[in-house]
Amino acid sequence: MDSRISQTDGDEPRWISELKDHDDNSNQELYAVVAEYDTPDALMAACEQVRDAGFKDWDSITPFPVHGIDESMGIKQSILPWIVLGAGLTGGTIGLLLQWWTNAIAYPFIISGKPFFSLPANIPVIFELTILLSAFTAVGAMLALNLLPAFYHPLFRHPRMARYSSDRFAIVIEAKDRLFDREKVEALLKGAGSVGHEVLFAPEKRAPLPKVFHGVGILATLLTLVPLAYIAKARFTKSEDPRIHIIQDMDMQPKFKAQVPNELLGSLWGDARASLLPMEGTIARGEFVEDEALHYGQDESGNWVTSFPVEVDQALLERGRQRFDIYCSVCHGHAGDGNGSVNQRATALARFGGKGMAWAPPANFTDPRIVAQPVGELYNTVANGKNNMKGYAAQIPVEDRWAIVAYVRALQKAQTVPVDSLTDEQRDALGSN
Amino acid sequence: MALERVMPAGLDNSSDDPSGRQALIVGNNTYESITEKVCGVVEDPKIDKRWLALFIVALGGLGMLGALIVYLIATGVGVWGNNTPVAWGWPIVNFVFWVGIGHAGTLISAILFLLRQDWRTSINRFAEAMTIFAVVCAGTFPGIHVGRIWVAYWLFPIPNQMAMWPNFRSPLLWDVFAVSTYASVSLVFWYMGMIPDLATIRDRAKHPLRRFGYGLLALGWRQNSRAWHRYEKAYGILAGLATPLVLSVHTIVSFDFAVSQLPGWHTTIFPPYFVAGAIFSGFAMVVTLAVPARAFYGMKDIITIRHLENMNKVILATGMMVGYAYAMEFFIAWYGGNRYEQFAFINRATGPYAWAYWIMVSCNVISPQVFWFKKARTSIPIMMVVAILVNIGMWFERFVITISSLSRDFVPSSWDYFRPTLVDIGMLIGSFGLFFTLFLLFLRFLPMIAMAEVKTVMNRPKQAESADKPEMAASLN
Repeated sequence: MDSRISQTDGDEPRWISELKDHDDNSNQELYAVVAEYDTPDALMAACEQVRDAGFKDWDSITPFPVHGIDESMGIKQSILPWIVLGAGLTGGTIGLLLQWWTNAIAYPFIISGKPFFSLPANIPVIFELTILLSAFTAVGAMLALNLLPAFYHPLFRHPRMARYSSDRFAIVIEAKDRLFDREKVEALLKGAGSVGHEVLFAPEKRAPLPKVFHGVGILATLLTLVPLAYIAKARFTKSEDPRIHIIQDMDMQPKFKAQVPNELLGSLWGDARASLLPMEGTIARGEFVEDEALHYGQDESGNWVTSFPVEVDQALLERGRQRFDIYCSVCHGHAGDGNGSVNQRATALARFGGKGMAWAPPANFTDPRIVAQPVGELYNTVANGKNNMKGYAAQIPVEDRWAIVAYVRALQKAQTVPVDSLTDEQRDALGSN
Repeated sequence: MALERVMPAGLDNSSDDPSGRQALIVGNNTYESITEKVCGVVEDPKIDKRWLALFIVALGGLGMLGALIVYLIATGVGVWGNNTPVAWGWPIVNFVFWVGIGHAGTLISAILFLLRQDWRTSINRFAEAMTIFAVVCAGTFPGIHVGRIWVAYWLFPIPNQMAMWPNFRSPLLWDVFAVSTYASVSLVFWYMGMIPDLATIRDRAKHPLRRFGYGLLALGWRQNSRAWHRYEKAYGILAGLATPLVLSVHTIVSFDFAVSQLPGWHTTIFPPYFVAGAIFSGFAMVVTLAVPARAFYGMKDIITIRHLENMNKVILATGMMVGYAYAMEFFIAWYGGNRYEQFAFINRATGPYAWAYWIMVSCNVISPQVFWFKKARTSIPIMMVVAILVNIGMWFERFVITISSLSRDFVPSSWDYFRPTLVDIGMLIGSFGLFFTLFLLFLRFLPMIAMAEVKTVMNRPKQAESADKPEMAASLN
């Protein structure tokens, strides 16, 4: 039967007849001979005969995979498993490198001494990526090796093609095979038990792709490069605009910040500062200074006071000794000689340990320069610091500072007073020390 | 030649006579009748009224789920009952429930394939579809329970301007990879399996739109043997890949619990226990779906009593494994001497959630025991009841594991009783709506039975005449 003659087979789907109506029969050439078989066993026997006859460009059509037909047809094993193996190993390697690089190198998770790269914890993701890539490659490579998707094929013009995906079997021997001879092939297939055969014609040349698709293809390829170009530009250029910030969450808060000028406030009362100055004529709690000599150790003209603004008695000196031992003796030593434990340690470090470490020793109170300082200046040193020493105003209240100053004076006197000026009772009180 | 199977007189092929294996496809079925039966459902121009009624109900459930999700995102996670100490509530229970159900489909497709169980061919398409839709339902819950769903992409290792990467030591991240891989691989496996059947529908299609749609999906498949050769290889490879995948995915889901330190969670039995439980619940769901579908669509000669009986045997076996695991948890708690763990299990059986625990035990351990009796295994009403009880019991198992351990953990002053809210309950019901919407669409528009695979396990037709004509072969020189 010649497929060029239109079929009156009522089972044939309408679209096949429509196709045939559109066929341009002028440039048709012989494509293949198709013979039909009604049982799998008959098909397999026929396949063996075709295989033994030496044909290469042929195939069998079955609605389901027939077990044993690979041997009957002489089909070689596919390389698909090796492709999948390669993909699986790639997937595993990607999983391993991904986790190693992200969790050990790029953004290390520092969690109580745990190793940055821990292979046991990484196994699940490595395994999943292996399976993922293998599975997708198995399907993708199967389709690619089968040259699918292929929506056009001459076989679809066969009037009984619908049966071959349902319950009938066929052998197709293509005309391009070097052993092809139409009568001999038809005789062979019929002799092998076919229940009918058909000769298929197909146009010798496929209709060419309309030229417009070339342009569309080139344009589409170029368009895909545009986002990449934008990304590259953004990566390597500077910009003054802030990033596009889609998910704002609580990033932009309508609040007043301390050290930043706030326009809303500026427009409200002309002062853009959120940290307001005190109102005119008011004093904050703790800021009122009644006795300047007491608080600052200075008189009105800014000179250091030379006499204690507090009463100096035994209680004050005791308090001063206690406070001195707490705050000052670590550096200045219990005797005020500048050799407290900090000084000993720092000197040792500077000599043996610290690289380029310089240590200025704390003041020795018997230094004539310091002995000559008025008490107001000593008070200022305690409160505000001097050189490397920081001020202790935050830790020591005003009265205690004067107590420390009194004690410092006592230390100075104890180490500088000449022995001859002591009375006999004082010498006895000091004992043999 | 394939092994000839014994065709029973009627539709009952559950005989265990060892002298001849029973046919899997019974009745007067030929290759052509299989095609007509399965494609007839898809090609039916009329919409079945019962299908439409079920579909509308399912759509209602889906709509409720959608509305509740919008409400959740707009308002916050507080609409659920989750609160300290039970910070993981119904969303996680539902997630593990649905993922577990999905695993049976892959087991039927992949593991039974590797074990050369021909009876899988009648149900594997059906079961794989159930897997895909169950995983869709499962994936919804972790997606919405993260709180800030608009930054859910932070779960994935994508380069970002914060130069931060996710923590690959966390089982929650392993879950992301495992469930995504499982969803994609199941989808690809299901689709690849459908290509030949879609080609069959395409070839029979009369309406041009139908021909275009199915033709596009069939990718031009023309069922030639060389293509079948690679197809079968790919199918076998996918089956071999999907088997460890399904085991690993539910293992990783179990790690969400097992890797933590909570008593009752931190045990090494969780991976095999969860996997067995997943197969258990999944098969019960397959039975729950297959029994009505085969009656509805007249497929009793393709999904036969033998198929259902085999599934019930699997349900019995995995139910016993799950029961063993329950017993082992108690034994190890006693043997290990950890008093917190001992308390956790005694608390499950006798504490405030004892009601849930005993529902779980009676549904999971006791009810499948009827399947020791062949009469029960082959009885449709009994197997439907047991299958539904098992589904309920397995939901309660995840509930008991998650919530009883959280509600009473180490510090008694933190103990509290968890109550679900209407949103919790509505979302569980809505997830069934989502599942059934997708499933009913599948039944209507896609071939519900793997025609090509069923035909491979049918008895081959006898030849009308002998094919041995050696004198004809000599015609070629």
